[in-house]
Amino acid sequence: MAEILEIRWHGRGGQGAKTAALLMGESAAEAGKYVQAFPEYGPERMGAPVTAYNRISNNPIRLHCSVQNPKYVVVLDPTFLGAVDFTNGILDGGAILINTSETPADWKQKLSLDGKNIRIYTVDASKISKEEVGGNFPNTPMLGALIKVTNVLPVEEALNAIRSKLTIKFRNKPELIDRNLKAIQRSFEEVLS
Amino acid sequence: MKIRHSLTGNEAMAEAMRQINPDVVAAYPITPQTEIVQLFSNSVADGKVNTEFVTVESEHSAMSATIGASAAGARAMTATSANGLAYMWEVVYIAASMRLPIVMPVVNRALSGPINIHCDHSDTMGARDSGWIQIYSENSQEAYDNLIQAMRVAEHSEIQLPVMVCMDGFIISHGMEVIEMEDDDTVRKFIGEHKANYSLLDVKNPITMGPLDLQDFYFEHKKQQAEAMKNSAAVIRDVAKEWEKLTGRSYDMIEEYRMEDAEIAIVAIGSATGTAKVVIDGLREKGVKAGLVKIRVFRPFPKEEIAKALANTKAVAIMDRAESFADFGGPLFRDIRASLYDHDVRPKMVSYVYGLGGRDVMPEDIASVYADLERLVKGEQLPMLNHLGVRE
Repeated sequence: MAEILEIRWHGRGGQGAKTAALLMGESAAEAGKYVQAFPEYGPERMGAPVTAYNRISNNPIRLHCSVQNPKYVVVLDPTFLGAVDFTNGILDGGAILINTSETPADWKQKLSLDGKNIRIYTVDASKISKEEVGGNFPNTPMLGALIKVTNVLPVEEALNAIRSKLTIKFRNKPELIDRNLKAIQRSFEEVLS
Repeated sequence: MKIRHSLTGNEAMAEAMRQINPDVVAAYPITPQTEIVQLFSNSVADGKVNTEFVTVESEHSAMSATIGASAAGARAMTATSANGLAYMWEVVYIAASMRLPIVMPVVNRALSGPINIHCDHSDTMGARDSGWIQIYSENSQEAYDNLIQAMRVAEHSEIQLPVMVCMDGFIISHGMEVIEMEDDDTVRKFIGEHKANYSLLDVKNPITMGPLDLQDFYFEHKKQQAEAMKNSAAVIRDVAKEWEKLTGRSYDMIEEYRMEDAEIAIVAIGSATGTAKVVIDGLREKGVKAGLVKIRVFRPFPKEEIAKALANTKAVAIMDRAESFADFGGPLFRDIRASLYDHDVRPKMVSYVYGLGGRDVMPEDIASVYADLERLVKGEQLPMLNHLGVRE
């Protein structure tokens, strides 16, 4: 991996963008990478747009500022298209992953890509989450899609790392561990490009 | 044995506190310090430490209870941020003047107002004359290492001074990074047992602590306090060497980055110095002789080290993450200018106040400071006092 891989997460407060960024960071750390995971804290509360970031590298990371030019952008909630510029600063050759029932072709019309070569991936993470986890928690399925698309982590190691983190998070609701892992597995299979 | 973890700065501090296993922690929550106390209280509830955990009703009480415990001979800690530090102000000075080896993580946050929960150094910079040793951290790893080393410095029988271990709010406190922790035994052996020089609970050797101290002795006691602060520099270095032997991670009063032949340099404190190192690497590839001096220990002030590090530079920018409304730059700027006063050859020196209230510091911002320094070297004029990236 050359230099630092940067990722930006868009979600609404309560959808788990921060948690997903932490899980991504922890999975990458478990795989021996150097990582950062941090949310952009503002006055946001439940339902308001929030942003979180990852940096992943083979070398120690010294930058301590927000991510300006992510290679990957993950959108947990597409409904604030227009209010939030999902593609802002995205690197040419990068990719955007969207939680939607629509197709990448549909989203090619909606996003302003400024002639950049940006791959678009879609997966209905909310539907997967409702069916597998029993509620709209699109963060873990989107994490699955991201791991597949970025291909920087060995899948088995990533899943093991996620399992161990979910085991801590859901120590009072252990049934949610396997359900979330199933949701991640499904988004692996169902992500469209 | 080293343990590789991905932790936020707050988690790293809370883990260090668990390993330190203090006798007493009295604390009150305030953003962005809250998690340290919350996570540490989990360790208390889970029986992982033997700490008496006191939930007080304010920071004034937090520091007061910590002082009481420390005066009784206990290893006592608390933690705070910004307005919490301001609220304990009166007793912060008393902890130092009673020569109590209290160690306190401070998660740097803008001191209101207007109210703001994000990072700058206005809180601890205000406490620079309180008699506390101040150690600042660039990242989570340093926060962890600094907190453990601080125990040894504070409790050293010749020093007996409280220590603030500072870490940038949110940028570090809420950002997850990979750090190396040492195992519990290694840390506990390193810090050792706390043997207080004096204890209020030692009934066979009754003493009075914190009594009235008027014209006849107050001044002598203040001189002793100043002497202890002066002597702490050698102890800080010795403890750092010992920690390096154990862990391989080296620390000193300051850190010089690519200063060996630097013509232009930035001096700064905290998380922005990491970003600056990345900028320097880029400038060096273009042949620009740029360097950085990072201040790790701000009190006692490493005046000789800084003067030596800057001796061969042509222009220096001192970056303060605090405005002290003196119309003379921030506190670091003034201390560094004073440090160089007795030197015959002095670089040009300008002040940049930056990043107030959590304003993000991007590589371009730091690059613009180096560009200013290059212009200064070429003979162009620059204002002495600057506010980096502020909209006019």
